Order: sequence, then structure tokens, then C-alpha cells
Amino acid sequence: MQSTLWEGALPERLEQTFSGHGLSYQTYLGQNFVTAPAGIIAGIVRFLRDEEQFDFLTDLTAVDRPKDPARFELIYILYSFTRNERIRIKTRAGENEPVPSITSIFEGANWLEREVYDMFGVTFTGHPNLKRILMPDEWRGFPLRKDASIIGMDNEWVQSNLGIESGQ
Amino acid sequence: MNDTIPTEGDYLESSELVLNMGPQHPSTHGVLRLVLKLDGERVRDVECVIGYLHRGVEKIAENRTYTMFVPYVDRMDYVAAVSNGLGFCLAVETLIGATAPPRAQTARVILTELNRIASHLLWLGTHALDIGAITPLFYTFREREEILKIFENYCGARLTTHAFRIGGLQYELYDGFEEQVRAFCEYIKPKFDEYDELLTKNRIWVDRLRGIGVLTAEDCKRYSVTGPLLRASGVKWDLRKAQPYSGYEQYDFEIPTRESGDSFDRYVVRMEEMRQSVRIVQQAVDRLPTGPILAKVPKVLKPATGEVYVSIEAPKGELGYFIVSDGTTQPYRVRVRPPSFLNLQALEKMAKGALLADVVAIIGTIDIVLGEVDR
Repeated sequence: MQSTLWEGALPERLEQTFSGHGLSYQTYLGQNFVTAPAGIIAGIVRFLRDEEQFDFLTDLTAVDRPKDPARFELIYILYSFTRNERIRIKTRAGENEPVPSITSIFEGANWLEREVYDMFGVTFTGHPNLKRILMPDEWRGFPLRKDASIIGMDNEWVQSNLGIESGQ
Repeated sequence: MNDTIPTEGDYLESSELVLNMGPQHPSTHGVLRLVLKLDGERVRDVECVIGYLHRGVEKIAENRTYTMFVPYVDRMDYVAAVSNGLGFCLAVETLIGATAPPRAQTARVILTELNRIASHLLWLGTHALDIGAITPLFYTFREREEILKIFENYCGARLTTHAFRIGGLQYELYDGFEEQVRAFCEYIKPKFDEYDELLTKNRIWVDRLRGIGVLTAEDCKRYSVTGPLLRASGVKWDLRKAQPYSGYEQYDFEIPTRESGDSFDRYVVRMEEMRQSVRIVQQAVDRLPTGPILAKVPKVLKPATGEVYVSIEAPKGELGYFIVSDGTTQPYRVRVRPPSFLNLQALEKMAKGALLADVVAIIGTIDIVLGEVDR
């Protein structure tokens, strides 16, 4: 990605507060994002909400990059009404590495984290009700992982519940 | 003494009743299932069970080219397909650095705003029907039909329109488009007053909606609620004004807001939004420029490696697309931020403590489309 370094007052304040955690600040097509380790993600979200008026969680999602050592890239998009500005926070998690939940900071993260769990199998510690949301409860596998084929996912479930071959 | 007469503390045991509502239920607007825990008629707790309409749109996107995926987005919020298409086209255009020509942008605004009116009309009719007012449904569907005719004349489809292409429009506007849109605007304006007469001061309507499903501005922010729900809670925020796209900054229109954040205020906000949309459409038709309708976009789209989040103000709230490109012809990941999904989440808060009959009103007031919730 041809992203450039994001410079400004906000990255400086973030660097002051979270120095030593190896945060990096980039911008691409005018959209700013911060990359941070998963352990302090809740701290950053709370800091941005309380100190920087980013009081709205727009979205929380993930991207699967199976070739990377920590395959899941989590993306938090925050918005500030007062500043009319968006910021993305990116973090990485491996296959069996839980990520701290931010449901205590934004209630809206509840379903979003459930969806990430449902689709990618990323678990969130501290989530009040982490279970599948869109797929059936008994479904095996995580559909949005890159190794899940678009046809032939969980054949067993499809055959026993729908009586057809998966992918038909 | 007759020992069947109860004394204090000697009542029959009352226990929590678990009631299953849906997924096949006329007032859940599709296949939404609610598991309600009831104490008499009071809702103690509610859990939404969703996913019955899950088609894996985001997975499909990874297996299609950018151009091939455009028709799929229409199938999410199928009553506002034009808005879905606009959002996705804008996101891809941002990624490849293209801008639609002025004529295409204005035409997009006209069609999107007409679609907003159509979506709100469908909401009004079905919401009123849920509450018990049958008449508005016939009126709103009659008016909506005129909008669908314009869509049909333009692109051949009424619901899943696939009206836009990446870079602009595929079809030139048909002969008589402007006259038909102008005539529609004149036709619909007095109709809003008719709806007002039917509902706004109707005692039953007001009693069923006032103070029901209240969300404060603070609640809306915590639950990531957007759209008319947010505006009815007093937050004057609309992406068309906050971060204008497709030239919305050129049009003169108001963002209606209300203060109390109850179902009645959401009704008032949506009614006013329709009037404002008519204003935008009229201004756009009057200034419709001539010129090309499609920007110079390569036949095979290969955006540079990178990612982008672009959102628009859909009829139901903020509709966002987060697209990750790995430099190939197919998107590496497409994430849709569906407004209905996040607005529905607040149902659990709104319905707690409400009466069972009001749950129906609360579902109606959120204005969900399950195709978008489940994707």
C-alpha cells in the first residue's frame, strides 16, 4: 500500500500517551489510520473517546491474511461528531489469540464483535455474549476466512438441514 | 371461611413467560425472530435472532470482480437499492481515483433522493399498518408506484435497479425524464399533507407512538445508531451535509431534527425528510447539466493495493463500504456497514420495560430491512 506517514497533532498526542507500544500512523487517500498491538486496543479506543471526542463507533471488522504470521487484521472505525473526522485503528491477532472486547466502551460493538467471531473465529475477551450471529449455531467453520471455499462449506450441516449438496 | 379467597402472599405462582415472535410474523418486516421474556405484558428482556436471510454477500464479493459485484449490493436494502449502488460505486471510484461527470452526479442525486422517498413511503405504509391504520398503506403504495415507474423507464427494473455504474451511469436519461420527475414532484407534495391529515393529529397514532422506544442522543452514540433515529434524538447530523458527496453541497435543504427521540419524533423526521428530498430533486432537475455520463474508467479495474472506507447517507442511516484491494481484479475484502444491522441492535435497549404491543411499534420505527441486516 502506498500509504504515507500521517503527521499532525493527534498522532503526536497518541504517541505521548502510548509511547513505547510501537504505534504507527499512516494515511492513504486522505484517510488516517493507526496501527497498534491488540493488547492496548481498548485503551486506545477509550482514550480516543474520552480525550479526543471520537464518540462514535462506526464499524468494527476484520480482514483475513493467512500468509501473515498474525493472520487477522482487525479494523475499528471511529467517528467524531465535533471534529467531523474519521480514524481507523488497525491491529493484528493470530488464530488463537483473543482480543480485548470494547463492548464496555461502546455497546454498539456487541453485535459487531459477534459478527467478527462468527465470520472469522476471532474471540474477544470480556464480551458478554460471544456466539454466532448470522450463521446457524451448529455451523462449523468460519465463512470469511480465506481458506473457506465459497462452495462446499460445512457440507454436513447443509445436507442434514437442507437435504442438498452444499454449493448448489 | 372459604379458603379459595386469596390472602396476602398466597397467590398462584407467577413466572416469567418466554414468547417467541417470528421469524414468520407479519409485523417483524421479514424474517426477524425475537425471543421475548415477559412479565405479564411487560417485556423484561428481548433477544434478537437474525441471520435467516444471510447470503454471504461479503464472501461473494471476494469471488467477483468489482464490476460484477455492483448488482449484488442492490439485494441488501432492496427497498433502497439505488442508495446501495451509489455507496459501492463511490467507494470503488475513490479507490481508483475516478470521479463521475457532473451530469451523472446530478442524475445520481435525483434517483437516490427519489429512492429515499420510496423507502420512506414504504416505511410509513407498513409502520401505520402495524399500528392498526390500514388506509395509509394504500396511499403510500400508490405514490411509490410513480417512483418505481420512473426507475422502470430509466433502467428497466423497479426494485433491484442496478442504476449506476462505476464511474457514472450506463444509460443516458430517457426522453421525458425531466418532465416526469417534475410532474412527480408536483404530484407528491400535496400527498404529504394528506398523510399528515390522516396521522399526525390522529389520537390513536399519537398515543401509540409518543414516548415509545425512546433513545437519547447519548444512547444513539453508544449503540452506533444513525439516520432518522439519531436525528429524532436531537443530533443534527446527516452525511449529505457533514461530508458531502455527489455534489450535495450545491443543494439547498434542511436536516430535520426533533428532541425527544421517541417513535413519534422519528415519524415526524422521516415525513420532513421526504419533503426535503423533493426540494433536492427539484433543484437537481433544474440544473441537470449536459455532457458525458461516464468517466474514463478502464474496462478491467485493478485498483492499487490499499483500502478505503466510504459511506453515504442511505434512507436508513450511514451505509458504509470498506474495501480492501490487493491490486488484482477482485476485491480482497468488502465490508458493508449496514445501517439496519446497527440500528436493530438498539431494539434490545428500546424494548426493555415496554409493553408487548409496543414492541411491534418499536420494530416499525427502526425501519429495518432484513436483507440488509443479514446480508
